[in-house]
Amino acid sequence: MARPALPAQHGPTAPPLGAPRPPQKRAPGRSPLARILPPARLRRAWLPYALLLPALALELLVHLVPMLVGIAMSFRQLTQFFIGNWSAAPWAGLDNYRLVVDVHAPVGADLLASFAVTCRFTLLSVGLSWLLGTGAALLMQDAFRGRGLLRTVFLVPYALPVYAAVITWAFMFQRDTGMVNHLLHDQLHLTGERPFWLIGDNSFAALVTVSVWRQWPFAFLCLTAGLQNIPRELYEAAAMDGAGVLRQIRSITLPSLRPVNQVLVLVLFLWTFNDFNTPYVLFGRAAPRAADLVSVHIYQSSFVTWNFGSGSAMSVLLLLFLLVVTVLYLAVTSSRRKDA
Amino acid sequence: MRTTRITAPAALAAVLLVCTTACGGGSSTGGSAQGGPEELTYWASNQGSSLEADQQVLTPELKKFQQQTGIKVKLEVVPWSDLLNRILAAAASGQGPDVLNIGNTWSSSLQATGALRPFDAKAFEAIGGKDRFVASAIGATGAQGKDPAAVPLYSLAYGLYYNKKMFADAGIAEPPATWDELVADGKMLTKDGRYGLAVEGGNPSENVHHAFVLGKQHGADFFDAAGKPDFTTPGAVAAVKQYVDFMAADRIVAPGSAEYAANQAVTDFATGKAAMLLWQAAGSSLKSHGMKPGDYGVARVPMRTKDATGPTAVNSMVAGINLAVFNKTANADGALKFVKFMTGDDEQRILNAAYGSLPPTKAAQSDPAFATPDLKVLADALAHTAAPLPQVADESQFETAVGTAVKDLFADAAAGRPVTTDSVRTALQKAQQQMPAS
Repeated sequence: MARPALPAQHGPTAPPLGAPRPPQKRAPGRSPLARILPPARLRRAWLPYALLLPALALELLVHLVPMLVGIAMSFRQLTQFFIGNWSAAPWAGLDNYRLVVDVHAPVGADLLASFAVTCRFTLLSVGLSWLLGTGAALLMQDAFRGRGLLRTVFLVPYALPVYAAVITWAFMFQRDTGMVNHLLHDQLHLTGERPFWLIGDNSFAALVTVSVWRQWPFAFLCLTAGLQNIPRELYEAAAMDGAGVLRQIRSITLPSLRPVNQVLVLVLFLWTFNDFNTPYVLFGRAAPRAADLVSVHIYQSSFVTWNFGSGSAMSVLLLLFLLVVTVLYLAVTSSRRKDA
Repeated sequence: MRTTRITAPAALAAVLLVCTTACGGGSSTGGSAQGGPEELTYWASNQGSSLEADQQVLTPELKKFQQQTGIKVKLEVVPWSDLLNRILAAAASGQGPDVLNIGNTWSSSLQATGALRPFDAKAFEAIGGKDRFVASAIGATGAQGKDPAAVPLYSLAYGLYYNKKMFADAGIAEPPATWDELVADGKMLTKDGRYGLAVEGGNPSENVHHAFVLGKQHGADFFDAAGKPDFTTPGAVAAVKQYVDFMAADRIVAPGSAEYAANQAVTDFATGKAAMLLWQAAGSSLKSHGMKPGDYGVARVPMRTKDATGPTAVNSMVAGINLAVFNKTANADGALKFVKFMTGDDEQRILNAAYGSLPPTKAAQSDPAFATPDLKVLADALAHTAAPLPQVADESQFETAVGTAVKDLFADAAAGRPVTTDSVRTALQKAQQQMPAS
């Protein structure tokens, strides 16, 4: 306790009327309520945390509890016979995990294939979103007529509700009546046959298209904000030294954007890897093999077999994978930043 | 200063209080409200052309029920794409409706979850007896030897809808009675961008219904006698191949229908893009697409031979909607009263007439209002040649797994990849591997 021991005559009660007040560090005249509270310094330390407590409790409730329940489910044989009373489901030990990681058995092989599709999809989608976002942000950097309008238009895909946006894409991708085939086949005559976009192998391209369309405005937004923080003098100095635009981008813009990019790429990666809405709205509950993202795959595995135990096991593995990737990514990018 | 010192802890306490009460408030039931008039929550499936249409049909009937019993019914029409998941979530959480519609093919699967209140002898007595219902409809209410998990509400069966004008133009006098005839007719009708038959290839539920019926005709069940999945018997493979071959080999189905999953097949038939359609009670949908009842005929779904008899003489599933009582309802008596009301002969006439389905109660079905040509075909099928989908606990998984396998095969066919006996068997094998191991 850091509280200084007060002499008895200087106790918390008010001194007698007219008595000279002894010099005190503390404000005199503590109320009865204040007397039962810890001293100011401690109180100052205590209050912010206490005020965070409700948020923390809610955070635990909203995020951690479902996660823990999911992990608990992954160790149980939770099938349709037990969904009325989860606690009655028999313990399965590691059986669920053994089932989903056995890549020689159908369940594990499917999960692995879906995982591979998801990795490819994520790389492409994040890469393209970042490229488009960076390109557009750089082009929008210098003031010109209509810049505000263009910036607004660029942000529209990000502002639209997911379902409305993706269902519109689903209509456009329809084979016989969709706009995409009307353009590619009827107008431009690029294809001999009308291609399918929502089934078969092309569905991967369709999925990447919609995903990039939805994500890149976010990259654009972050990078536009990041660009505002680069001092103009740097560019002016570089121009004086005879650096061209490309050189300026390579030596000034990109290094200055590094902290923004570090977070941006990570966030885009996590969102894209976990994206459920886009494939689900685009393809329905049975996604084509070429576009069988792991989030939908887990959903389908759980609800096809009604075996929520093995579905949970897959989810836990996915969580671990994303954790490992995130930690590695942050370790690598942060250490590089320190070196620089 | 003093005010902040006092208000900060007070505010904190208030926030904590709000939080704990909000978090602890999970015990209220979805059922009757305390004090006020008795109330039931009812989840209806989407039977009409839209959710709003269902609201319009059901709301006056629910008012009638309230007048008779004083029980208010809160109606929610749930789209088919959500219904099963909503029921599962309700079963898992214990928070759900009091009374709900289920697809009758899910009866056994949901029965296994224990989410539905079994209709024992006493419950049947409360709703006027089991004998009031048509036998085939009662056959699709749960596993054999167990008390039904639900009672039939609307009955449906498949019929072959054909475009009279297109048939006349092609010089075809009679609708086909066998699949060979259907293929031959279909080839004559397939020309100028029009096709003989419309299918819904991207819709797992439609796919599995046809796979099941054709399987029966080939002498195959998708489950063995012990209730274990058995998808790769020669009969099952032949059945699925026959169905996909309408597109892959016979080419009487438009390749684009491989991605149909939102009733585009009905639209194609109604707009003359296809001459035949296998569907359940399509009348009201066809009308909404501008096709007049005189423009089409309804015939029995073909068999493999004209004079098929016995267990392979199946040309429809027992389709329909069942009405179930949620096991965790706080008002079981009121729920049973509501079931009695909905399955009563008067309501059966009104509701089935509105939805174009057949009443599963004997008295209402004999009403001349249901003796229209297309409903007569459906009633005939239900009475003689319809079989319920397997009444096993894994039925719902079977629907998704096999329906999706057929969807993938259609995708192959549409992309021009060959569909062979081997590729069909492989697809079905994969579907079977997705089934629960136990």
